[in-house]
Amino acid sequence: MKTIYILWLRQIKRYARSKSRLVGSLAQPLLFLLALGYGFGPVFQKAGQGDYLEFLAPGIIGMTIIFTSIFSGMELIWDRQFGFLKETMAAPVSRLNIMIGRTLGGATVATLQGLIVFIIAMIAGFRPLNYWQIPAAVLIMLGIAVLFTALGTAIASQLEDMQGFQLIINFLVMPLFFLSGALFPLQGLPSGLAVVTKLDPLSYGIDALRILLINVGTFGLWPDVTVLVVVTVAFVALGSYFFSKIQI
Amino acid sequence: MDIIKVNGLTKKFKDFTAVDRISFAVPAGEIFAFLGPNGAGKSTTIKMLTTLLRPTEGKIELNGFDTVRQSAEVRHSFSIVFQDPSLDDELTAFENMEFHGVLYGLDKTLRRQRIKELLAFVELTDRQSSLVKTFSGGMKRRLEIARGLLHHPKILFLDEPTLGLDPQTRNHMWSYLQTLNQREGITVFFTTHYMEEAQRVARRIAIIDHGKIVASGTSEELTKKTSTATLEEAFLSLTGHVIRDEEVGHLDHMRMRRRAWTGRR
Repeated sequence: MKTIYILWLRQIKRYARSKSRLVGSLAQPLLFLLALGYGFGPVFQKAGQGDYLEFLAPGIIGMTIIFTSIFSGMELIWDRQFGFLKETMAAPVSRLNIMIGRTLGGATVATLQGLIVFIIAMIAGFRPLNYWQIPAAVLIMLGIAVLFTALGTAIASQLEDMQGFQLIINFLVMPLFFLSGALFPLQGLPSGLAVVTKLDPLSYGIDALRILLINVGTFGLWPDVTVLVVVTVAFVALGSYFFSKIQI
Repeated sequence: MDIIKVNGLTKKFKDFTAVDRISFAVPAGEIFAFLGPNGAGKSTTIKMLTTLLRPTEGKIELNGFDTVRQSAEVRHSFSIVFQDPSLDDELTAFENMEFHGVLYGLDKTLRRQRIKELLAFVELTDRQSSLVKTFSGGMKRRLEIARGLLHHPKILFLDEPTLGLDPQTRNHMWSYLQTLNQREGITVFFTTHYMEEAQRVARRIAIIDHGKIVASGTSEELTKKTSTATLEEAFLSLTGHVIRDEEVGHLDHMRMRRRAWTGRR
């Protein structure tokens, strides 16, 4: 559908044109990767867990994806008042197509960011064990991206201004990231924390990435993929529903 | 033939009635102004006319189509230029036009040709490959008008089209709109606070207050009815001289934030 394509294209063009935003958004993942990767490396190694940088890299890729996805979903709040989105609301196109186009566009951008972080990680010393599983890993990255872009869209459709944005970032996205096993292994956790990590969709995404890239995992690849698919479908449905209810 | 027909239009938000059973009609090819104090119900009305909001009661017919039941056909018949620009700042003028063309189902050759014509009409041809964020407020407005005309709408809705623009741009804008109206018979429906403009440009005017149409007619009819000399005086005599303090809504916050982020322009 042409509508989906141009909305997707629009997100890509916007991304490619803002060099400063692109570079700026890579600073945090880079910092985490280098500071924590090299910082905790010795401790992790001593604990018999192996190379921390290797363990961390998929986690940081996941971090980039979740943040970029949620941001692009939340951009909706701005867009619908001052941007292109408002004009699409009065156009003879279905809201569903608009939402799908935007979500796919945002997810593609988040995946591209994830790939850039992947390359940076490789420059920092990360070596995936199975190069031929990288395409599958990219699919997982896309899946995580679609999931969280849809979530961002669902949330943003309910918010009328940017005030709620801070709350969402600090009370939803940060916990989702920190409690997902991006930074620490999921085995042997105290039971309370273990339960929370099992409820976090990002945990399954990052676990899948780890399985594909470094052969280390907790839940198993197929359970991971199943959870991702189910939650993604649910969030896309949720996002579409709330998006269709937006009133300018 | 009346191209806009509104009958008993009402909008209620929980316990507040924003628009209370208004009825009016606009014949094809007319320039019609919709005036009212802050909070009168103008924006709500225009949103209902442009299918962005569902009426609680009443019927709106645009170009023969019912806005609620035939919203897709209706949307091909009109265009709206909002008070806040709805352009994509990080795309070029050409790209903004192109996207609109795709959304309205125009095929490529026709689209490209129309874009060229319209950019020339609003005198933005030399800036077609510039990013819209480099445009001034007036230029953005002109681009939005050009964009809105891409699909040959029968009706052009404008919400405060000249707000914040300098006199030269305002003059130019009205001259574009009048040219379009005379040359192609496009019906123009706009809201404004600038009375001299409404008086100069519109054939008929409706004044809305507290969700009801208080008076309507030509500028002469309104001034005669209120025994005043100008439309502005007629308006004030019908709606009162008291300042209406509005409640600051989320939209005002957004606008302030936007000014803070994008700077003066």
